[in-house]
Amino acid sequence: MTEVHAVAPDEMEAPIFLISWQKLMMWGFIITDALLFAGYLASYMFTRLASDVGWPAQSEIFDMNFIALMTFTLITSSATMACAVKAASEGDRKLTRRYLLLTILIGTAFLGMQAIEWSHFIGDGARLTGNPWGASGFSAYFFMMTGFHGTHVLIGVVILLITFLRTTPERLIADKVEVAGLYWHFVDLVWVFIFGCFYLL
Amino acid sequence: MAVAQEHAPQTFISKYVFSTDHKVIGLQYILTALFMGIVGSALAVLIRAQITWPEKALVTPENYISLVTMHGTIMVFFVVSLALVSGFGNFLIPLMLGARDMAYPFLNMLSYWTVVPACLLVLASFLVEGGAAAAGWTAYPPLSALPEAVPGSGLGQTLWLLAMALFIASFTMGGLNYIATILNCRARGMTLMRMPLTVWTYFMSAILGVLSFPPLTAAAIMLLLDRHGGTSFFLPEGLVFGNETLPHQGGTPLLFQHLFWFLGHPEVYVLVLPGIGITFDLLATFARRPIFGYRTSVWSLVVVGFLSMIVWGHHMYVTGMNPYVGEYFSIATVLITAPFAVLGLNLVASLWRSRIRMEVPMYWALGTIAVIGLGGFGGLFLATSISDIYFHESFFVVGHFHLMIGVVTVLSALGGTYYWFPKMFGRKMSVGLAKLHFWTTYLPVVAVFALMHFQGLSGLLRRYYDHTIYEFQEAGIGLALPITILVFVVTGSQLVFIYNFFVSMRRGEVASANPWNGTTLEWTAPSPAPHGNWPGALPVVDRHPYDYDPAAPAEADFKPQGTVA
Repeated sequence: MTEVHAVAPDEMEAPIFLISWQKLMMWGFIITDALLFAGYLASYMFTRLASDVGWPAQSEIFDMNFIALMTFTLITSSATMACAVKAASEGDRKLTRRYLLLTILIGTAFLGMQAIEWSHFIGDGARLTGNPWGASGFSAYFFMMTGFHGTHVLIGVVILLITFLRTTPERLIADKVEVAGLYWHFVDLVWVFIFGCFYLL
Repeated sequence: MAVAQEHAPQTFISKYVFSTDHKVIGLQYILTALFMGIVGSALAVLIRAQITWPEKALVTPENYISLVTMHGTIMVFFVVSLALVSGFGNFLIPLMLGARDMAYPFLNMLSYWTVVPACLLVLASFLVEGGAAAAGWTAYPPLSALPEAVPGSGLGQTLWLLAMALFIASFTMGGLNYIATILNCRARGMTLMRMPLTVWTYFMSAILGVLSFPPLTAAAIMLLLDRHGGTSFFLPEGLVFGNETLPHQGGTPLLFQHLFWFLGHPEVYVLVLPGIGITFDLLATFARRPIFGYRTSVWSLVVVGFLSMIVWGHHMYVTGMNPYVGEYFSIATVLITAPFAVLGLNLVASLWRSRIRMEVPMYWALGTIAVIGLGGFGGLFLATSISDIYFHESFFVVGHFHLMIGVVTVLSALGGTYYWFPKMFGRKMSVGLAKLHFWTTYLPVVAVFALMHFQGLSGLLRRYYDHTIYEFQEAGIGLALPITILVFVVTGSQLVFIYNFFVSMRRGEVASANPWNGTTLEWTAPSPAPHGNWPGALPVVDRHPYDYDPAAPAEADFKPQGTVA
């Protein structure tokens, strides 16, 4: 690891967690961001339980096969990301770049599917302010949570793209690939919760 | 190692404005907080004037709720948090840990310059149409969610939300930076269990802030959508405005209260814990003995931090929550008494068999301990749902929370200023003025908030524009004038402090590197500490932070925590 710090590490007491500073900060960020999504999911559950109008039946509104395919796609991207991290840690530049590119493509595919999903939903009459099926919170939470998650995926794709471009044939940045991977897995994990709470329950 | 000096910034801009030096950033925070504190105090004076002389109608009812809202917002987020958590935290953590700077100096600078626009937005909101936000510092919907509700719900509330968003972003960056610094940048030999308690409290404070702010961010985004996107996250069905029924449906204002207090309660500990940490450090230096029960204090802090995350419902007893839920929140809240009592007793026991030196910072430290006891005592009545339901809307609550997050924090910050002023500017503050400042601040400020408890007991309700028109509130009104006079005394007394601060910066008695014979690492650095903190190598730590011996001769009764090679 060749990093430049304001403090020369050789003068210091050994850190508590023997990981790079970037990785530590990424974990910190992931914890705060997870709590942000936890806030949304808890609010969603609270509203749904407190709702005095019936909650729409998701399986009649969404094409569950399509949602399952979306979930499968995103989880696949986690697998390719894991391969990229492994290749990077083994020092295989070419393979790292190949898996990174694959992850970017699958992530973009997920975003495209989400766009299709949104246009169907909007086409059926759902709006941020209300929807034809019942409780207005149903569509509001849908747009807010999937929109927020989609933004995270988009940011993830940009991060991976930057990582891909910086992993030139001359140099490999194994630690940065791993940090980007942490974020990507986190975004995928969040989707599993959204999928579970919003579509299945 | 002269590397640090070679990197020292040269120009005025890079040295004092866009500085990445933790000490400069700390002072920037403190001075910003001082300025915001003047604004917040002016609002407090206006509020008191209106309560005391309602017949003069100094402000309109709409402006009155704006004043209360903005006083709370400014004091909690832009004074106490900025001065105590961000200001002293930035200044002290690297110095006490024996590091050259924070783990991420640039992020540190970014975090300060994110909070500056937040301050400007808050100030600007007084000037926009409709005036500043008026939904309370808690920004409860529907007042905050309907732009047309009251004049302050318009642009003023939007600016309030944007300012809070910037503040949260700044605090999150700062908090992560604190955590990374404490985990990674400790001088050799500085194990976690050798850190001064001040650093421990900043550590807990940063963790609590980083964990509790995100749900408020979620709430703020939902509130913005309610205001400008037409959603109904916090707005129920059947709201009537003018003669029209609003189209909102399905939301609940209670949800916002849960999300807000999930932050709001830990936020209290984010602010109070560093105050307690600073008090511990001041006590050790001026009682000339090791802190009683260092380890139990550390573990109590951890337990307090954990418990503070699961008790937010005690702010919501009057919302009609299920009595069993209220019971849980009561029990959990009263549980905090246990670790907090350990902290309090450790503070008091640190005076046992000591050799007290009554220097200026010690006045503030002893004063803080007394207020922790007084404020904590009032807290017992508010923790229990049965008594809280009677007290909740009364001045009892105002007295209680001002003692805890107002007086404890400000007293310790002022004590800290007198204590670390030599390290900041290489000079001491005037002792005469400091004692005048202490007595004219301490006695009146404690009296103000103690009397408010009695006003609350007699049934005086908070948030009222004019108490005199309600017969049932008559009993408490008599104390309004004495309280207001004391508030004027306290406010005037701060002018003495500001004068002392700026004059001593230039003309104060020149201080040595270790003017108080302190043991913690910051006193091994020169006063004022240069860029990089230690001109040569970093200190090496070989003992616990409070190695004082009250039995030794007066000038040789301490051993610094570390030595500089």
